[in-house]
Amino acid sequence: MQNFTPRKFYHPYVSPFDPCPPMTVKSYETPPHLYMTFQPYGLPQFSPQEALCAGTLWPALYDPYYSPYKKHERQDDQ
Amino acid sequence: MWIYEKKLQYPVKVSQCNPMLAKFLVEQYGGADGELAAALRYLNQRYTIPDKVIGLLTDIGTEEFAHLEMIATMIYKLTKDATPEQMKQAGLGDHYAVHDKALHYHDASGVPWTAAYIQAKGDPIADLYEDIAAEEKARATYQWLIDMSDDPDINDSLRFLREREIVHSLRFREAVEILKEEQGKKQFY
Repeated sequence: MQNFTPRKFYHPYVSPFDPCPPMTVKSYETPPHLYMTFQPYGLPQFSPQEALCAGTLWPALYDPYYSPYKKHERQDDQ
Repeated sequence: MWIYEKKLQYPVKVSQCNPMLAKFLVEQYGGADGELAAALRYLNQRYTIPDKVIGLLTDIGTEEFAHLEMIATMIYKLTKDATPEQMKQAGLGDHYAVHDKALHYHDASGVPWTAAYIQAKGDPIADLYEDIAAEEKARATYQWLIDMSDDPDINDSLRFLREREIVHSLRFREAVEILKEEQGKKQFY
């Protein structure tokens, strides 16, 4: 799972007659639980304080969403 | 029987007066894949699901009410000091005409909540698959809300709620695996 990203990209067809400037790359989310089906025992855990803020006890399930339309947002937040 | 803790599951801070965002957020309050629909769906399905996974539906259904309360807090804070004129400009004029600032169980377009949004099929696999789909749809809704919101504090809370959808979806998927009774068994094909 090296180079894993929870956001996948594709290139939709662009028509010469499209009314709006084309978005040449579209993306969709594939969060980590899709690859787990049944969570294994003994995964590394956040501290209780971190977990309450993250919304999950396990870093393997932690996948905060940042809008692909707002590139600055992720940097501002970290 | 429930025990109520007089605090939110996760803090809700609002940095800008933005009634239009409230109009969008209400989708998660009284929409088809909103928190009310989720809570009522799980807490009803649990009566006709195998014993092994009743507790899961009870726990998640209960947590959905905690999420409902967070969404209500966001909507309330975003609208409480808006003038009727601001409500009108935010597209909330028709809401104001009926409800003033009161919250109501409807979706972002004002369609009232209906039990037709949820199902209880009596078939455990059918019900759990619906629950998984509901969590993924709610996760997607939170993504689109974050896309449209410029409020960093609201987005922080919405990110927390989206993360919970991920965890819930995984738990429902695990419930399906438990009911298949193949967990931990040696697989022969």
